[in-house]
Amino acid sequence: MSKIHVTTKVNGDTVEFLADPRETLLDCLRDRLGLTGSKEGCGTGDCGACSVTLDGTLVCSCLVLGAEVQGREIGTIEGMGGDDTLHPLQRKFIEHAALQCGFCTPGFLVAGKALLEKNPNPTEEEVRYWLAGNLCRCTGYDKIVRAVMDAAAEMRGEAA
Amino acid sequence: MQYHTPASFEEAAALAAGAKGTTRFLAGGTDVLVQLRAGMVIPDDLIDLKRIPGVSDITRTDDGGWRIGVAVSGAQLGAHAELVADWPGVVEGMELVGSTQVQGRATLTGNLCNGSPAADSVPGLVAACASVEITGPDSSRTVAVQDVPQGPGKTCLKPGEVISALILPPRGKNAGDAYLRFIPRTEMDIAVVGCAVSLRLDGDTIKEARVSLGAVAPTVLLVDAASEAITGTTLDDAALDALAAAASAACNPIDDKRGTVAFRTEVAGVLAKRAAKIAYTRAKGA
Repeated sequence: MSKIHVTTKVNGDTVEFLADPRETLLDCLRDRLGLTGSKEGCGTGDCGACSVTLDGTLVCSCLVLGAEVQGREIGTIEGMGGDDTLHPLQRKFIEHAALQCGFCTPGFLVAGKALLEKNPNPTEEEVRYWLAGNLCRCTGYDKIVRAVMDAAAEMRGEAA
Repeated sequence: MQYHTPASFEEAAALAAGAKGTTRFLAGGTDVLVQLRAGMVIPDDLIDLKRIPGVSDITRTDDGGWRIGVAVSGAQLGAHAELVADWPGVVEGMELVGSTQVQGRATLTGNLCNGSPAADSVPGLVAACASVEITGPDSSRTVAVQDVPQGPGKTCLKPGEVISALILPPRGKNAGDAYLRFIPRTEMDIAVVGCAVSLRLDGDTIKEARVSLGAVAPTVLLVDAASEAITGTTLDDAALDALAAAASAACNPIDDKRGTVAFRTEVAGVLAKRAAKIAYTRAKGA
């Protein structure tokens, strides 16, 4: 079975890899490119731990084939903060203790960032519906929702 | 598994027709990749349709209807203000499928071709009188959406045939549609019962109507008796009761952990009433 040569952009950098036709984008990010921030929870699009953006749209990278992303732009958790700085969402997740084991956290952060880019002032209900495809078995979600709301307020320049 | 990226539907159909083993077409991938991972369906040939020009476009047709490409995602549908204004019921059905992440990929055509009796986007398309263009290895044809599902997981598509576009008719004036489903939670679930109603008014009177039910039979149903129950009425209480009775009478559901036969049959009538009221209000322009 011949491998497919793929050239694409990840977090603004041009990368290339050889993908087996059956490999998912998640497999390629983790095993071909060493970007292990995106996690595999279910592998069937139910848990959101592998969330990335594909040409700006939030998707599960386990439901995308590596071969499909030729010439596309991918955003992963690794592109979220700077070298020495955290994105406001990352900082608020720490402040609110919005994580325990941390396995779901990259997915929540990528999904939360996509929400705030589309809607900088979401209601709590909008946050909960947007994040319905991200599962967390530790926190009970309240702290995550509070962290997203607080980060949104800070990013709008409002004191929380 | 061979991965193909044809540049036209004719090429895609020729690839599928010439394939020896199992073939799958790839659009959004939210069913195909799950089946692949589970080992349920491991295609010998996977034909990605997303490199075909126009598959991600929503365009007005010359007669005022809509042509929706086979790779248009639920997120794209919901963001298209003009389409939402014309066919809110069709769009709200699709938007109930899966999470935000799934909405970024899942397509109307994929939801139809998956052949689930509980597919949330299909009753809205049936009520809307939508059709699909099918490209085959030798010829193309147009089929009404209600004739595509043939049973759970089965469609009318013959080997080598591929849906090349979905067509919604012109909405016209004084018309509205709506889709409702019952699930035991607030989101991220499969319909226990779904119902779509599309209707057109002449003043306060319903001039024409189409009622479609999901998850209560081996395929999504178009219920003529339910449409007739409200046509010519002002959707008064008697008409609503007749509608509910006709919808319930059309049900032939399974009994499973998500809903009993009696429950699904009763709820089909309740949802038909509620969806008809919403469609009526939308047709009034309110």
